[in-house]
Amino acid sequence: MTKNMANAEAQTKRVGEAGHWGKDVRSDAHVWIEPRDRGGIDIVLESRVKPYYGEAIRNQTESALEALAVAHAQVLIHDEGALPFVIAARIETAVKRAGLAKDKNALPDANPLPEPSARDRMRRSRLYLPGSEPKYFVNALLHGPDAIILDLEDSVHTTEKDAARLLVRNALRAVDFGGCERMVRINQLPLGLEDLDEIIPECPDLILIPKVEGPNQVMEVGQRIEHLKMRHDLKRPIWMMPILESAVGIENAYKIASASAQIAALTIGLEDYTADLGVPKTVLGTESLFARQRLVNAARAAGVQAIDSVFGDVGDIEGLRCWGLNARALGFEGMGCVHPMQIPVVHQAFAPTQVEVEKALRIIAAFNQAQEKGLAVVSLGSKMIDPPVVQRALKLIARAESMGLVTKTA
Amino acid sequence: MTQKPELALNAAGRMVPAMVNGRPQIPYIGVAKYQPRGRKAAPPLRTAANYPEDGNKIVADLETALRKCGLRDGMVISSHHHLRDGDKVALMALEAASRIGVKDLTWFPSASFPSQKGAIELMESGVIHHIEGSMNGPLGDYCTQGKMRGMGVLRSHGGRWQAIQDGEVHIDVAVIAAPTADAFGNADGSHGKSACGSLGFALADSTYADNVIAVTDNLVPFPCIPWQIQGNNVDYVVQVDSIGDPEKIVSGTTQITRSPDRLRIAEFVARFLREAGIMRNGFSFQAGAGGIALAFVDYLKRMMKEAGVKARFVRGGSTKYLVELLEEGLTDYILDGQTFDLDGVKSMANNPNHVATSPFTSYNYHGKGNFASLVDAVVLGATEVDVNFNANVVTHSDGRLLHGIGGWQNCLASGCTILAVPSFRDRIPVIVDEVTTLTGPGELIDVIATERGIAINPRRRDLIDAAKGSGLPIRPIQDIKAEVEKICGGKPSRPKSGDRPVAVVKWVDGTVLDTVWQVG
Repeated sequence: MTKNMANAEAQTKRVGEAGHWGKDVRSDAHVWIEPRDRGGIDIVLESRVKPYYGEAIRNQTESALEALAVAHAQVLIHDEGALPFVIAARIETAVKRAGLAKDKNALPDANPLPEPSARDRMRRSRLYLPGSEPKYFVNALLHGPDAIILDLEDSVHTTEKDAARLLVRNALRAVDFGGCERMVRINQLPLGLEDLDEIIPECPDLILIPKVEGPNQVMEVGQRIEHLKMRHDLKRPIWMMPILESAVGIENAYKIASASAQIAALTIGLEDYTADLGVPKTVLGTESLFARQRLVNAARAAGVQAIDSVFGDVGDIEGLRCWGLNARALGFEGMGCVHPMQIPVVHQAFAPTQVEVEKALRIIAAFNQAQEKGLAVVSLGSKMIDPPVVQRALKLIARAESMGLVTKTA
Repeated sequence: MTQKPELALNAAGRMVPAMVNGRPQIPYIGVAKYQPRGRKAAPPLRTAANYPEDGNKIVADLETALRKCGLRDGMVISSHHHLRDGDKVALMALEAASRIGVKDLTWFPSASFPSQKGAIELMESGVIHHIEGSMNGPLGDYCTQGKMRGMGVLRSHGGRWQAIQDGEVHIDVAVIAAPTADAFGNADGSHGKSACGSLGFALADSTYADNVIAVTDNLVPFPCIPWQIQGNNVDYVVQVDSIGDPEKIVSGTTQITRSPDRLRIAEFVARFLREAGIMRNGFSFQAGAGGIALAFVDYLKRMMKEAGVKARFVRGGSTKYLVELLEEGLTDYILDGQTFDLDGVKSMANNPNHVATSPFTSYNYHGKGNFASLVDAVVLGATEVDVNFNANVVTHSDGRLLHGIGGWQNCLASGCTILAVPSFRDRIPVIVDEVTTLTGPGELIDVIATERGIAINPRRRDLIDAAKGSGLPIRPIQDIKAEVEKICGGKPSRPKSGDRPVAVVKWVDGTVLDTVWQVG
């Protein structure tokens, strides 16, 4: 080793730390690491679960450091009951912040992957989980959203992007999200491309791309995903959902929606959109009516789902219900949720009404009858029924069945 | 305490000390098996002629009152915990005893609270020998670290009455904090600046102690109406500036949990009562004041309204949420053991259908029956439950004392006992192979409701059948346990417990159910 190289290495060795601890912190851990030249690994552990998992945490730390090729270091861990996938992420982040293990990972045990998600699957609700708050991850599935979003963008402080990325990667790998579609909102490009490098190997079902203004951003993301899928030999579909959050984005809605065959849905971010217009966001949403209608039309034209924004006031359940019903009437198929309590309200709002279900069943019955009789023309009472109407009825009943509103027909 | 205590194996498979604080013990023999004989204890005969004709029993201060009671070394001094963490009277009395110079007292509170940590100094200086009553926080740690000279004795509210009534504990001096009292000693908790609602925990002390002192900061001219404590049992009345810190006596408002996981548990429990047919006209229930229990009451209330169902009675600890049930006509009565918030206190003072009860009416093993077994369903918490539905409420999983038994053991007598618990806390699984400290036998615990599903005790075929087709996630307890262990990264290690008993857990009949061992 030349003297210069040794100097360079010494300069990159620094203290790294990651995670949170303290009286009010739950299910997280703070890891502090100081790389050394000799002496092996010295771990000091403080943990509220020490009598139960102290040994497990030590063992995990040792094997994580081995995987990260750290042989000599002083390690301080303040653990507040973090689960193993969180501890792994905190250790890896601290090590990387110390300038080590650039191309190495300390991955937690993998959970079996759920079924791949279908492009047109039901997406009534998606529950936002801040990517830097691990305590919300594990029980998210219990509240029954159609999807969870592990967010790397707005809910994560700029100084925590690297930490959240590893936490989200580990969550995709180790946390059981049940039947929920596993979505990740990446950062704006180019940072978002780095997010993809880390998370795509763990097979998220869908990537939300923020602040999309034109098809290029979507194509860039799509190409990066394809590249990573090839590199890691991944066969599962990974869908994209662009978020339009500006006047330009809305103007380009159709071009964006049709930019890639991997786009499953189009959605809107109203906080940024109303800011761009320079108008306040209201409970009724009149100011964004055009944008939302434009988005629905573009999505339909491109053959993808239109998904609405979030309703931010967690305390206003009635306001949420009105917003949801209105969104469904405009043609949206779902919306975002910022709290689990919003989920049942949103599901109810996006459920077909009893009247709609009954009408659809009558249409399908008439269609079946016509088929049996070999008639080309379907009629219900005095009305002729066109094929698209039958298609819509079938789709509505399929949704109603998956929501448990009608019992499955053979 | 230096030689190794003799231990016996009880019917729950637990090793328990044969002697506790010099008294021989009976190991637990099973639910409803123990049949003691004999006569109830009684205080000495008194003569009205020896008490002031004008009914004025006021003395200058607590020290004077204790001297007049003949307080001396080794006596038992009792207090109640209706003023909760705000109580000033118990320590005031113990400090007065210290000034008198007595030693080796047994302090027999109905429960102790963290703000009473001053008792540690009094144990260090020898004034208090040991505490018999629930201990948590600093007092709990002092006990579990083996620093107390005697052994702690943890009893349920009903078990405390049982111990007084069968003479296991003889109270020499009862010191009763009274939010309102007259000079004759009639006293009540529903009025005054330190109002706390009921004084039910102090009733046994007032009738069975050799000497009774009422301490008040709201002296009213005779008669104190209503009176829950009868002045005829009271020897002396002491007036002080303040018996407690109102902020800590009751909470201003009790808060429903905002945690979506806990709300989910609460909703499961309410739905279970509805689906199992327990929620029907004329039914009854009891729930505590924890976040989940409050949310449960709120969910149940909505379901009762929807179904047009009305309860005959609900049991307190009362809170705003029970008071709303009463005021909206969804229950005929609140039968209340203690009041947790200001709405509860006000309601008890003003609504004749909000009735103060005591551990005698509700929980006492020596009663000719008690109310606990008349309640259709009870919703309780626990720190641990095991795969046989046994539960622990008194210790952390590492063996440190966490909280008292309260009415918890007594409530297990209800028709359907539901423990509403998260499946893990901070990575620590709540469902374990075997509980650290056995507080409630599994045969009395019917349902464990967690956010990941509901486990029904296989003994309750009727409930299993009733919940069929309800859409509720009914799961074997082993399944939930396995799922949680997977999330938490394997089974937790069992902290090694010491081999020296520092406290015992009594069953409701006075037998010894389990032992708390020295930690650290």
